[in-house]
Amino acid sequence: MAKPQKTVVRLDELDMGFAEAVAKAGGEKINLCIQCGTCTASCPSGRRTAFRTRQIMRRALLGFRDEVLSDKDLWLCTTCYTCLERCPRGVDPTDVILALRNMAVKAGHMLDRHKMVAGLVLKHGHAVPIDEANRKLRVSLGLGEVPPTTHMFKDGLVEVQEIIKKMGFDKLIGFEWK
Amino acid sequence: MKKMRYALFLGCIIPNRYPGIELAMRDVAQVLGIKLKDMEGASCCPAPGVFKSFDKPTWLALAARNLCIAEALGCDIVTLCNGCYSSLKEANKILKEDPTSRDKVNKILRGLGKEFHGTIDVKHIVEVFYREIGVEGLRRLVKKPVHLDVAVQYGCHLLKPTKHREVKSAERPTFLDELVEVLGPRSVPYRDKMLCCGAGGGVRSSYLDVSLDMAREKLENIKNVGADCIVSPCAFCHLQLDRGQVEMGASFNIPVMHYVQLLGLSLGLEPKRLGLYSHAVPMDPVIKKL
Repeated sequence: MAKPQKTVVRLDELDMGFAEAVAKAGGEKINLCIQCGTCTASCPSGRRTAFRTRQIMRRALLGFRDEVLSDKDLWLCTTCYTCLERCPRGVDPTDVILALRNMAVKAGHMLDRHKMVAGLVLKHGHAVPIDEANRKLRVSLGLGEVPPTTHMFKDGLVEVQEIIKKMGFDKLIGFEWK
Repeated sequence: MKKMRYALFLGCIIPNRYPGIELAMRDVAQVLGIKLKDMEGASCCPAPGVFKSFDKPTWLALAARNLCIAEALGCDIVTLCNGCYSSLKEANKILKEDPTSRDKVNKILRGLGKEFHGTIDVKHIVEVFYREIGVEGLRRLVKKPVHLDVAVQYGCHLLKPTKHREVKSAERPTFLDELVEVLGPRSVPYRDKMLCCGAGGGVRSSYLDVSLDMAREKLENIKNVGADCIVSPCAFCHLQLDRGQVEMGASFNIPVMHYVQLLGLSLGLEPKRLGLYSHAVPMDPVIKKL
């Protein structure tokens, strides 16, 4: 059974500086939100899931830091930008969501599948690397077995890996170099 | 027509999952007199919905490295995928306009013997067709008009956010429909045409069921108007709508074509040379109709 919703909110449990932190992280205009709900009404993900953009904006503004950042639903946005285009206050909700996601990753809330996808770029330079079937398909089409990308030029891959190490992205996602 | 020279940004999905689109692009470019230079050692753009979601500074630095490869070739980038377009175009804009971001990125890049100068632009291939060749220019090049009913799929990142795009209408754009219709097909209207395919933002990788449910809605709307096929200018929409039909176990049987493949057909190129036989949903019913 679903847990009953907490109806009493204690101010000392909230992070009163959270909205400002979100603004600094790239969601600059979050404070303009008037809770009209145009974002939620426009959201293709919200049509079929419990994802509610307006609720995310409200929670963030009130300072529910941990609730917002640990909520796996934060990752249901396809970044289609429809809410950003339609928001009558110019809040740019998609930018707010991207900022929240960056903060969520820093707080250790990255989804396992996303760690895997990111790991593919660390290993191959591509989020969708070549596989056996497509090596064969490329050859049968008269193309090179691998494309002239990091797949063909290993020094390019080393550069990608150097950038990632310098940015600390490998540590951020808990990637183990072998 | 002026001389067209571009750095071809392949990305991930096209060379590694739909190499037929890469072949189609190379062949079409030859017919149109567009000189394409390979961006040797380029990586993932990196994907906007995922990498920009994870860590924006890393996203920016990796995109900057790709931009530097094209700068060294001395030509603008052309992409065949809305995701690549979005990442590279927006990163290029940030790096050109914000000296603080540029300095930070260049500090990293200098260690690799690279530097971002801001000397090139990033274009989507359909943008090149629309602006550089033009609808009328294409009309003159068509050899075999393709008489099909086509459901046009723009894909979100081709158009949005409009604050970072030249086309200012994301609700009812027409340029891609014009580009499709000039090649012979009829662009059929369908419900919720501008609806997202569901692939982006890391949703396809982490919530495949939700992602495919969005694709299903789109495919149902397209099936309902009896379109012969879907045409998209985006590699990720293409993968989602093509492979997605198999993954969701549905029997829509709606073939999916990339815009450059449709263009190739209308230029009289052989379907085989356009990689049309290597998609998840068989293209045969469409090819038979031609």
